[in-house]
Amino acid sequence: MSPEVAPFDFVPIWTLILGLGVFLYVLLDGFDLGVGMLYGFAPDARWRALMVNSIAPIWDGNETWLVLGGVGLLAAFPLAFAIIIPAVYFPILVMLLALIFRGLSFEFRFKDAAHRTFWDHAFTAGSAVATFAQGVVLGAFIQGFETDGRQFTGGTFDWVTPFAIVTGVALMAGYALLGAGWLILKTEGDLQAWSRRRGRACLIGVVAAIGVISLWTPLIGREIAERWLAWPNIAILSPVPAITALLALWAWRALRDQRSEAAPFLAGLGLFAMAYLGIAISLWPMIVPHHFTLWQAASAPSTQAFLLVGTLVLLPVILLYTAWSYWVFRGKVRADIGYH
Amino acid sequence: MELDPLVLSRLQFAWVIAWHILLPAFTVGLASYIAALEGLHLLTRRAVYQRLSMFWLRIFAVSFGMGVVTGVVMPFQLGTNWSRYADATANVLGPLFAYEALTAFFLEAAFLGVLLFGRKLVPSWAHFVAALMVAGGTLFSSFWILAANSWMQTPAGHALIDGRFFPTSWTEIIFNPSFPYRLAHTVVAFYVTTGFVVLGVAAGMVRRGRFWEEARVMLGATLSFLAVMVPLQIVLGDLHGLNTREHQPAKLAAIEAHWETAARVPLVLFAWPDEAAERNRAVLEVPLLGSLVLAHDVDGVVRGLKDWPADQRPPVALPFFAFRIMVGIGLVMLALVTIGWWLRLRRRLFDSAWYLRLCELGMPLGFIAVIAGWTVTEVGRQPWTVYGLLRTAASTSPSLSGADVLISLLAYMAVYLIVYPIGIAVMVRLVRRGPHDAGAPDPIESGRPDLPVRALQGGGT
Repeated sequence: MSPEVAPFDFVPIWTLILGLGVFLYVLLDGFDLGVGMLYGFAPDARWRALMVNSIAPIWDGNETWLVLGGVGLLAAFPLAFAIIIPAVYFPILVMLLALIFRGLSFEFRFKDAAHRTFWDHAFTAGSAVATFAQGVVLGAFIQGFETDGRQFTGGTFDWVTPFAIVTGVALMAGYALLGAGWLILKTEGDLQAWSRRRGRACLIGVVAAIGVISLWTPLIGREIAERWLAWPNIAILSPVPAITALLALWAWRALRDQRSEAAPFLAGLGLFAMAYLGIAISLWPMIVPHHFTLWQAASAPSTQAFLLVGTLVLLPVILLYTAWSYWVFRGKVRADIGYH
Repeated sequence: MELDPLVLSRLQFAWVIAWHILLPAFTVGLASYIAALEGLHLLTRRAVYQRLSMFWLRIFAVSFGMGVVTGVVMPFQLGTNWSRYADATANVLGPLFAYEALTAFFLEAAFLGVLLFGRKLVPSWAHFVAALMVAGGTLFSSFWILAANSWMQTPAGHALIDGRFFPTSWTEIIFNPSFPYRLAHTVVAFYVTTGFVVLGVAAGMVRRGRFWEEARVMLGATLSFLAVMVPLQIVLGDLHGLNTREHQPAKLAAIEAHWETAARVPLVLFAWPDEAAERNRAVLEVPLLGSLVLAHDVDGVVRGLKDWPADQRPPVALPFFAFRIMVGIGLVMLALVTIGWWLRLRRRLFDSAWYLRLCELGMPLGFIAVIAGWTVTEVGRQPWTVYGLLRTAASTSPSLSGADVLISLLAYMAVYLIVYPIGIAVMVRLVRRGPHDAGAPDPIESGRPDLPVRALQGGGT
């Protein structure tokens, strides 16, 4: 089959699926990476045990969404994969190595008790470094890459920019906010109160980061500035910052209100959803900013169709039993249901 | 010396995949074994099956965790170091990798939590189903990854347009000529690898007189299992070889270090292939046997390496020696199983300390054979990433310098050399502790929560 005109345009549905996959990764692995970062600040061994146990049964399922995001991008938009991944060679390397240490510390901090302190540090540092690296990838992606034909031709360190560093730090604050929300949901008493205080510190960081990045992004490219500021877009898009501000306010109140246990987490999810939407609005319809649209980077229609058949069956099933495994481990975390 | 990003990228890929493949080589078989133990316990209610399942589950958890984190590395390699390969092949291979992630990885990861932590939270049939799902997931995983790997060896069902592959038939792509053989040969290799680990662990327990009941159950069942699987694997390997002769004759020529095309060729038992002089030194060979083994016909023609221009030949020495290691281990395994059965029929299996010691020493055999076999097939594919169609040299990411790849390779080496010895030490310790304290101190078993600190310091670990 030649790359002829497709009988049906699969690009929008793949954009949605991949968008959903990446967003789910950010939320799910986001909160457990966040718990990992907060872990380093927890003063009490009992608290730390509870924190690990709150994510022990689900973290590897969460991390699987990263693989799905990676291979989904390869299968649906291979040109984007082939340009973006080599362009962020070292952030990807650092992220993968950090995730190795972090993932193994779940097992090894119990089973390799002789080096428990090392694995405790590996858990926190691995979570923090992986998160920072992901934020750097995001920032570099928004700024765009130098290409020639179908290949990245820039330098290996083009991603080192003030903007990418800021997005890296911003994502650390964001994941830590999700982590604090998760702990408020899953724990009680002193640890919950501690998580509320940490959550408030994170929220201040998140609000500052969203503000800085929102003002900075339009300066990166004229297209992005026009997308947001030209009439009538400015009116149509004005709910985005407005809803973000309301969500931040809700998160702040929920973090202070002793009775609200789910609201901090939900408000954190909402803030992530709005930030995600904001980036999507800025970049649409480009998947390699400045160079290739989603349609230009898409794989062959036959490829997208073949993968879609199975995905439409499997994705709902996966979502269902992911929900089921969360249901099995619902409620406040007990210290005894952990790694054995 | 000029640092070559191509050579370094190949080294890096070999490094990360060689370490990674050790884990599926163990967990694919172990997941099925655990599912079988859970099923037997559900059926017979014999406590020994549950004790064994819990014992192996703790070891499985460590190796599976290592498999997940080293597995996450793999798809990203295609982008970081092999971006031109990714761009050229994604239309064909992308969905296979994505289906692997969808069906298999998720099945494993989502049910693993229930399998590891949910014994007291779900009914026992649901726990068994979780074990089945995890086992099924590992098999699906093998299916899709080996389909993709086989397509690189024997590409089919595609059109090549402007240097990129486009799918024309998905059944031909997935069920490409070498896939059924490679899938069967690899999955059985994984089962055999696990079998020899279980055999060795059981033999060690018998030899030390510990965990008598568990050891008997493991030793008896595993010896029966291997008596089927090891001969089956030798037959499958032979079929796989015939398939390679048909579809990848240059690889076969390298494996056998045959330089000249000829009929009635000898079987080279040992030689020192001299690639510069295009001949072998220090040859030890059996006349006629080569044609008989490779073509199943004394008059069978085996093509020699000189049929191909030098820039289309794979390296010779590496596949040649790796193949002999693999086959040699296969024969050692066959001998171990045969001796085991001979002792068993004479009712001396449990008090032949020398044999039990041999079984313990045999634990790494499967892993070495898997790495050797993988070396044969991947090095034998060179100098192509897609056999005959896409050169390895044209597959790398053009932006990378040699120094970039050297740094990343050293980082992967450092991390894997920290992580693997610790992981292996942890698993060895779990084996030494044995199955008995799997049951009693598990705090969930008691039905009431322990104090968290006690749970951590005691059996909760």
